[in-house]
Amino acid sequence: MKELSLHLLDVAKNSVAAGAEHISITLDEDQDGWLTIAIADDGRGMEPEFLARVTDPFTTTRTTRKVGLGLPLLRLTAEQTGGSLDIQSAVGAGTTLAARFQRRHLDCPPLGDLSGAVALLIQGSPDVAWTVEHSTPSGSYVFSTAEVQEILGEDIPLNAPEVFAWISEYLAEQEQSVGEGSAPPAPGEPAG
Amino acid sequence: MKSLEELKAIREKMKRQMDLRENDENSIRVVVGMATCGIAAGARPVMTAFLDEINRRGLTNVTVSQTGCIGVCRLEPVAEVFVPGEEKVTYVRLRPEMVPSIVEQHLVNHNVVQDYTIGAAE
Repeated sequence: MKELSLHLLDVAKNSVAAGAEHISITLDEDQDGWLTIAIADDGRGMEPEFLARVTDPFTTTRTTRKVGLGLPLLRLTAEQTGGSLDIQSAVGAGTTLAARFQRRHLDCPPLGDLSGAVALLIQGSPDVAWTVEHSTPSGSYVFSTAEVQEILGEDIPLNAPEVFAWISEYLAEQEQSVGEGSAPPAPGEPAG
Repeated sequence: MKSLEELKAIREKMKRQMDLRENDENSIRVVVGMATCGIAAGARPVMTAFLDEINRRGLTNVTVSQTGCIGVCRLEPVAEVFVPGEEKVTYVRLRPEMVPSIVEQHLVNHNVVQDYTIGAAE
């Protein structure tokens, strides 16, 4: 994972898998370079025993094999910048994950293409109500798919290529407005 | 700047195509693996390339969706193409620049791009 936004793309799918109807993604960066990426869902939540070992690579809900690397990799990335990963969850109440990064740390990956990652999350799970908030010292914005769906009407799905294109470009502009810009993917994004 | 107003234009355009989409029994499905393995190997730009190319060509009979781990992590990014009445085709080790030729040759002209398939890689 070469970008923080790729971690987001990866672990936010856990919320979808937990049956969430609403998923809220919040990025908050302060003056001192501390960035908190939080994902809150109203999915089915986790039992305390499962929560306690959820960042263990040998913990997974998958039935096809015994490893799951999404959360362990995210925790590693956060901790190697001096930050942390915190997960709160209760059965029936949902899960909230907060990963904290020091962006000025040498080992902190770039945020990367956040707008692209969020647009793909929405495209992949168009029936979830997504809310995205990003605030930095230079500004902030809020985006919600409920608003988009209201304009489009019920018949037009959020996963249509035309809608995906609009959401990607709209979010890229919002990202620029908070000083992140929409840098193209890293030239060395690996082929395999 | 992009505005919410533009969504209204998209809505009107898509409503006109809606009947086509819903009644089209020949709908082609493209499924891209987007689990941890796929994302780490570069599935995001591949997925985006499919959506962009299909949008650019205005193909209304193709749906693109995401799935979890398909099971061959070492060959990610992987995409599966389902054309009704034809055998499933699995493309492996994809890069965004390979996508336009898959869309043109396979999705439009129904010729499998053999060089990119799992059969050619294994």
